[in-house]
Amino acid sequence: MTELPTNTKRKMGLVIDLDTCVGCHACVISCKGWNTENYGAPLSDQDPYGADPSGTFLNRVHSYEVQPESGPAQLIHFPKSCLHCEDAPCVTVCPTGASYKRVEDGIVLVNESDCIGCGLCAWSCPYGARELDQAEGVMKKCTLCVDRIYNDNLPEEDRVPSCVRTCPAGARHFGDFADPDSNVSKLSAERGGMDLMPEMGTKPVNKYLPPRPKDQIDEQIDILAPLLAPVADEASGFLGWLDKALDKMPGGSR
Amino acid sequence: MHPAPSVIVFTTLSGLGFGLLFFLGLGLPDVTGWVAFTFFAIAYALAVGGLMASTFHLGHPERAMKAFTQWRSSWLSREGWCAVIALVLMGLYALGVVFLGQRWGLLGLLGSVFSALTVFTTSMIYTQLRTIPRWNMKLTPAMFLSFSLAGGALLAGQVGFAFPLLLIAALVQLGYWQMGDRALAASGTDLGTATGLGARGRVRAFEPPHTGTNYLLREFVHVVGRKHSDRLRIIAFGLAFVLPALLLLLPFNHLFALMAVLSHLAGVATSRWLFFAQAEHVVGLYYGKR
Repeated sequence: MTELPTNTKRKMGLVIDLDTCVGCHACVISCKGWNTENYGAPLSDQDPYGADPSGTFLNRVHSYEVQPESGPAQLIHFPKSCLHCEDAPCVTVCPTGASYKRVEDGIVLVNESDCIGCGLCAWSCPYGARELDQAEGVMKKCTLCVDRIYNDNLPEEDRVPSCVRTCPAGARHFGDFADPDSNVSKLSAERGGMDLMPEMGTKPVNKYLPPRPKDQIDEQIDILAPLLAPVADEASGFLGWLDKALDKMPGGSR
Repeated sequence: MHPAPSVIVFTTLSGLGFGLLFFLGLGLPDVTGWVAFTFFAIAYALAVGGLMASTFHLGHPERAMKAFTQWRSSWLSREGWCAVIALVLMGLYALGVVFLGQRWGLLGLLGSVFSALTVFTTSMIYTQLRTIPRWNMKLTPAMFLSFSLAGGALLAGQVGFAFPLLLIAALVQLGYWQMGDRALAASGTDLGTATGLGARGRVRAFEPPHTGTNYLLREFVHVVGRKHSDRLRIIAFGLAFVLPALLLLLPFNHLFALMAVLSHLAGVATSRWLFFAQAEHVVGLYYGKR
């Protein structure tokens, strides 16, 4: 049913820490691996070893440069996957009911046997979270590793999304946003977790933690700087003569 | 957006076909027998041909019947229902007009209403998308409906209706282009809101997530041909509205009428190509492509 649930008991989602992400793309690879071997159709590649390779991914890492009014530019790595929106437009546009949001935990999923591959859900997603698999002709998206998080066959530490389990920097956190005392709720409250494109009215569940402000570089770069100050402002002796002689040559500064 | 031929053919032809059905349902022209048969054959060829074309871009066309289930929430599903209801009602109405010489007025009226509703629901599939500011405007349904009715009047030979309707469609088209060019900027969505980093400084896409292309870039970040958009707008406007209107002013002649219809069809198809090719999906912001 493509009508959205009015309320979900739990709101499972991710916190992505833009301060900590090092842009290694390990989450991209582990996501591709897990989701190719498990839930639903595999994530296909087209021309993977040829001249024009492309493929289906559920998680991609962009990198942005932010240039403040003053001070040095900052590079921010930006992992992006489905935000499991509370008001998910990709669910209501679906003509077949293949796209749905689970009442029990708020995860947005695609029932691949009902998907006609019209692509309208991908059109309606502002985040580019959905990709139509070119081999299967069905829509693929992040499942929040629904086949891991409740999987009793896995050791407990593995019952989190593959991207979270893999992240070497600890930049990705998984939990229940409906519970104000959960790790993700507390982390988001502490660090000012933000929504992407809030003006789209999608009410994303996933939150992004903004990068912490960087140290300011004052006049003094280093405590050793005073010791490195020039010993003489005006050159004298042989170097002084050389400086003047070079300036007098054609093309010199004076 | 990628201007897929299937959706351009679909919206152009079925828009024209349902526009013709709208007038036929109202008894304009009031014809029976073979003449009526010809009119209905043309209308059904356009409407059904367009609908068939729309299934070409599906990943699984064999499951298309499932699209009738979600009419409570999905405009695409509603469009499917309206199209089937309109075609069935008009089919029954056509039986009366063609074979029995009977005009069942109420049935025709209902068929006309559902023909117009089909065009409206088609337009709402695009209008509902907040991700594409250029489509997310009240003028989008106005454009689809005015084009369909103007084309329908032209095809039905209703010169009295065709002239004012062409004028209205032309004005809507100009307004749509005018407002559409400002829609993305007016939406307030930019790379700053997309990344949430806008308040910290000027955000620039530094490195894309992948070296090759992908589904998102192919589908949503179409850029080819934008440089010709101004010229194409003039061509579309001239073919869709100006030339047919001039041909209508000439003394009636079947050849001129045919030329007016073909010119209008080519113009609307060009306008529809621009409708898709110029539409900026906000996901392009993440790739620094807007």
